Amino acid sequence: MNAQIPLSSYTMTADGRKIGAVLMEMKNITLRFGGVKAITDISFDIREGEIRSIIGPNGAGKSSMLNVISGFYVPQEGEVWFRGARRPQMKPYEVARQGIARTFQNIALFDGMSVLDNIMTGRLTLMKTGLLAQSFWWGSAEREETAHREKVEKIIDFLEIQAIRKTPVGRLPYGLKKRVELARALAAEPKLLLLDEPMAGMNVEEKEDMCRFILDVNDEFGTTIALIEHDMGVVMDLSDRVVVMDYGKKIGDGTPDEVRNNQAVIDAYLGVSHE
Amino acid sequence: MPETVFYALEVMLNGLMAGIMYALVALGFVLIFKASGIFNYAQGVLALFAALTLVGIMEGQVPFAHLINAIFGTSFHTFGFKVPALVAILITAAIMTLLAVLVERYILKHLVNQEPIILFMATIGLAYFLEGFGDVMWGSDLKSLDVGLPKGIDETIESLTSDWFGYGFFIDRLDIVAAIVAALLVAALTLFSQYSKQGRALRAVADDHQAALSVGISLRFIWVLVWSIAGIVALVAGIMWGSKSGVQFSLSLIALKALPVLMLGGFTSIPGAIVGGLIIGMGEKLFEFLIGPLVGGATENWFAYVLALVFLVFRPQGLFGERIIERV
Repeated sequence: MNAQIPLSSYTMTADGRKIGAVLMEMKNITLRFGGVKAITDISFDIREGEIRSIIGPNGAGKSSMLNVISGFYVPQEGEVWFRGARRPQMKPYEVARQGIARTFQNIALFDGMSVLDNIMTGRLTLMKTGLLAQSFWWGSAEREETAHREKVEKIIDFLEIQAIRKTPVGRLPYGLKKRVELARALAAEPKLLLLDEPMAGMNVEEKEDMCRFILDVNDEFGTTIALIEHDMGVVMDLSDRVVVMDYGKKIGDGTPDEVRNNQAVIDAYLGVSHE
Repeated sequence: MPETVFYALEVMLNGLMAGIMYALVALGFVLIFKASGIFNYAQGVLALFAALTLVGIMEGQVPFAHLINAIFGTSFHTFGFKVPALVAILITAAIMTLLAVLVERYILKHLVNQEPIILFMATIGLAYFLEGFGDVMWGSDLKSLDVGLPKGIDETIESLTSDWFGYGFFIDRLDIVAAIVAALLVAALTLFSQYSKQGRALRAVADDHQAALSVGISLRFIWVLVWSIAGIVALVAGIMWGSKSGVQFSLSLIALKALPVLMLGGFTSIPGAIVGGLIIGMGEKLFEFLIGPLVGGATENWFAYVLALVFLVFRPQGLFGERIIERV
């Protein structure tokens, strides 16, 4: 799915995956809501093929960061660089069309539509036929629909949700909804996949399933993933590199091991005594 | 069978046909409400404006003739040629689409994320603006619209039924055409929203704005699309009503009859708009026939609203509307 990366520019991970050049770079991002600073001067990058996590206590600004990347929030200061070019201010749908797909912390699916239709919406940006051809269902529109449908069926198989293909999403249990949302994001064949607390509110079994899917997506499709998660254990297992935020500031950045031994991070998570 | 039974049947049939006319107007409301949560008060005026424009183009009227003549002291009113109905309909459809683009650019775009009541007020403003604009553009006199649809009592049906039952049914040909057109329109809209890419995007936006944005759907495009479709539905309603009773200001008041239709059918359901229209149309004719003479007639003026009121008490979401359940 990703462009071929020249041999020299990638590094291999311990489990044999390739991590390539910088895909996205956030430079000195500052985001304010009125007088409240949600994010203060944060910079970090995301490399092709890696799983990059953003962690931090509640209210640290993680979700705000994800919303900046996906265009839902516009930072007052700083630059967003994507695939080697500075990204001008964009609407969320324009960001999506650039190849950045996301899921939401509180699940944003189309409840009235079937699982299949929901996932098909993920491919809207990839469909080329125009309004007229679609209206009259000319040959090209039909061929296109069939081709996209095949891709979607593959994703449905991949995420093991064949049994609920025709079910309206509103009737599904929470864990499955999360999986359908992941499927819809995957259907867009994103260059960067953003996951906002993919494991929130799940039981242990569902969490294990989701972890496996995230790893499989990254492994099989080579999709670059940036995720936010509370569960430290999960993050440390999944991630190649981790950004740690606290009170809107970056307090740590590195491999899980580096972050785990960072004093500022330990303080933020365990608290420091003020004596 | 006694004659009164046949007469009652005929009344019901005619009621159903009138109901289709109501449904045509209600359809435009439902489309916009589903996609954007806006109750479009201007839907009736859209139908009036579409009908006025259609007549104006067919008759080769000079737009803003009164204004131009008043300013320059000239006195021309027509270009002196007539435009064939089909061409005029296509031009009017294009104008309705242009209107949708303008509404999005100059009204909706500035009101994104506002309360529904504010958007509702904006559509009231739009209704008054369009009404006046239509007047200035095409003049406020009563016009007759004839796009070549068959009219009058259908003799074939009358003679056939009088052979079969010994009672000739009076059915207006225009009503039959309206029924067929409405059926085609609903079928086309359903197919479009179920199977086309834009239709899927439309349903997605109707369901969840945020999620729609995240899969790359432009809300502005969808709004232009639904307002265009609603404008074209308004054109169809305008043609039918205009052919039946002339094009004049009162055409915009048919929107008021669409309200009880929506209460019955539910604001979010296309089949609901149709069934609601049929029930109201048939109900008011039958009520007038059965109860009317007992209470001194003229029940058609209020029956629909009382029925809607009863529905509001016992089934506020309408027959087909989505039930709103708040989770605690």
